[in-house]
Amino acid sequence: MLIRSRRPQDPTENDVTPEAMYRNRRWFMGAMGGLGLAAALPGTAWAKPPWKDVTPAEAPAWFAAMKENVAWDAVVPEDQSVDKTTPFKDATSYNNFFEFGTDKSDPANRAGQLTTEPWTVMIDGEVNNPGKLSLEALMTPSRLEERIYRLRCVEAWSMVIPWLGIPLADVIRRADPTGEARYVRFETLVRPEEMPGQQSRFNLIDWPYVEGLRLDEAMHPLAFLAVGNYGRVLPNQNGAPLRLVVPWKYGFKSIKSIVRISLVRDQPLNSWQKIASSEYGFYANVNPNVDHPRWSQATERRLPNSLFNPNRMDTRMFNGYEEVASLYSGMDLRKHF
Amino acid sequence: MTLSSPRVLLLWRVLVFMAALSPLVYWSTQVALQQAGPEPGKYLLLGFGLCALVILLLTLSLTPLSKLTRWKGFTLIRRQLGLWAFFYALLHLSSYLVFILGLDFSVLLQDIARRPYVIVGMLALVGLLVMALTSNRWAMRRLGKRWKPLHKVVYLVLALVLLHFFWVVRADMTDWAGYALAAVALMSLRLPAISTRLPSLGKRLGLR
Repeated sequence: MLIRSRRPQDPTENDVTPEAMYRNRRWFMGAMGGLGLAAALPGTAWAKPPWKDVTPAEAPAWFAAMKENVAWDAVVPEDQSVDKTTPFKDATSYNNFFEFGTDKSDPANRAGQLTTEPWTVMIDGEVNNPGKLSLEALMTPSRLEERIYRLRCVEAWSMVIPWLGIPLADVIRRADPTGEARYVRFETLVRPEEMPGQQSRFNLIDWPYVEGLRLDEAMHPLAFLAVGNYGRVLPNQNGAPLRLVVPWKYGFKSIKSIVRISLVRDQPLNSWQKIASSEYGFYANVNPNVDHPRWSQATERRLPNSLFNPNRMDTRMFNGYEEVASLYSGMDLRKHF
Repeated sequence: MTLSSPRVLLLWRVLVFMAALSPLVYWSTQVALQQAGPEPGKYLLLGFGLCALVILLLTLSLTPLSKLTRWKGFTLIRRQLGLWAFFYALLHLSSYLVFILGLDFSVLLQDIARRPYVIVGMLALVGLLVMALTSNRWAMRRLGKRWKPLHKVVYLVLALVLLHFFWVVRADMTDWAGYALAAVALMSLRLPAISTRLPSLGKRLGLR
């Protein structure tokens, strides 16, 4: 009988397998399984592996149909080892959504009761195609894309979120703005019976929450209308069923649960500017050189962090999306903060 | 055994001690179990700050309560509660320095220059520190008649803490308004016109 005892310096299978493949073995096995499945079921679209630890959700039929043909990873951070995607649990339990309360955990605890279907969006103002559209009618003419964007909150924390949605420009083009349209104004739902924050008597926000973009900002390819994240429909606390994502601006510009999109002539007065115009402007571009009056914007805490490592990193101009810089050439960004 | 027997009073003090310690135990457990969310440092920071304010308000309710009831228990825990308020305020500041700033003191200097509420909070903590240091018998004896006026600084501390809180709020004033209302109520119980009537009110209510 041959007895082989392994010496410590002998290679193990672990050493032989390329490390990257070894680390991705679960994904690899899944992908192989997926290939087999795809071969067995002709016509099934190639899907990327699902995001980890995501709570599944019931999606409307139109969303499920659109998910069959997603442009996955249409936009991703240039270095995903620095901009690691925030875990689903953190992105869905730590939110600013004042319609549900001011505590970071309020949206996750209290948004469950929000009815998101049926949902209609009023398109009006300086457009040739005004009207009330179902979310389905608004979305389905476009192809769903996945975009992984950095999200920088004005409170100096940040996350990295994979969104599912369509370019805002698609919706605006279909609305067909008149020559008078210069700005886009957005409005959030007002429904105090489902949004407890709107019942508060000491809230300084005059509902509905309003946000706005200059028309050329809204037409920029990075401006995005999201209906999902982490490969599923948006959780209510993230702004279901339709929200804006403008990654080069502070998070509060990315208005949630949108019910109205208006093309207008004059610059809209956004909610935060209305409350405190010395602290929050119309543009709200991420800018490490212009501080909030009450705190520095030079750095940010990338979440999740831990007790003894705040995970502080330098904030980048336009949150690292420098391709938008030409929108603001010649503007004094200290004045137009 | 009556409510004023030494054993009951000792038990009362122990219970107050454990109650005051319990928020710290609870939040530390939440952090250890990873139930404190993606920014545990901020979670502790806010919890400790709020706890310091609540205990400060409780401390200020003791004098009116003892006037109303004449029960020794309220006076007996005044020093303890005051020290707890200082303890949580100190944890609040430490959380800011360690968990938020990561002990980066250059950021601290920028923050102090820029954020008035940091200065106001620090001033309040200095006030609490002075009272904590002079809360022992030796200091009381040394200070004599000056001890009482010195400890009136607690009213200033309360005002500073509420201002500090006010400047941090971004959109919803409900919580702040609740604490401010409690503070106003406790202060008005100290107006001579009201405070001198508390004992007779207590008698009429059968509390004394």
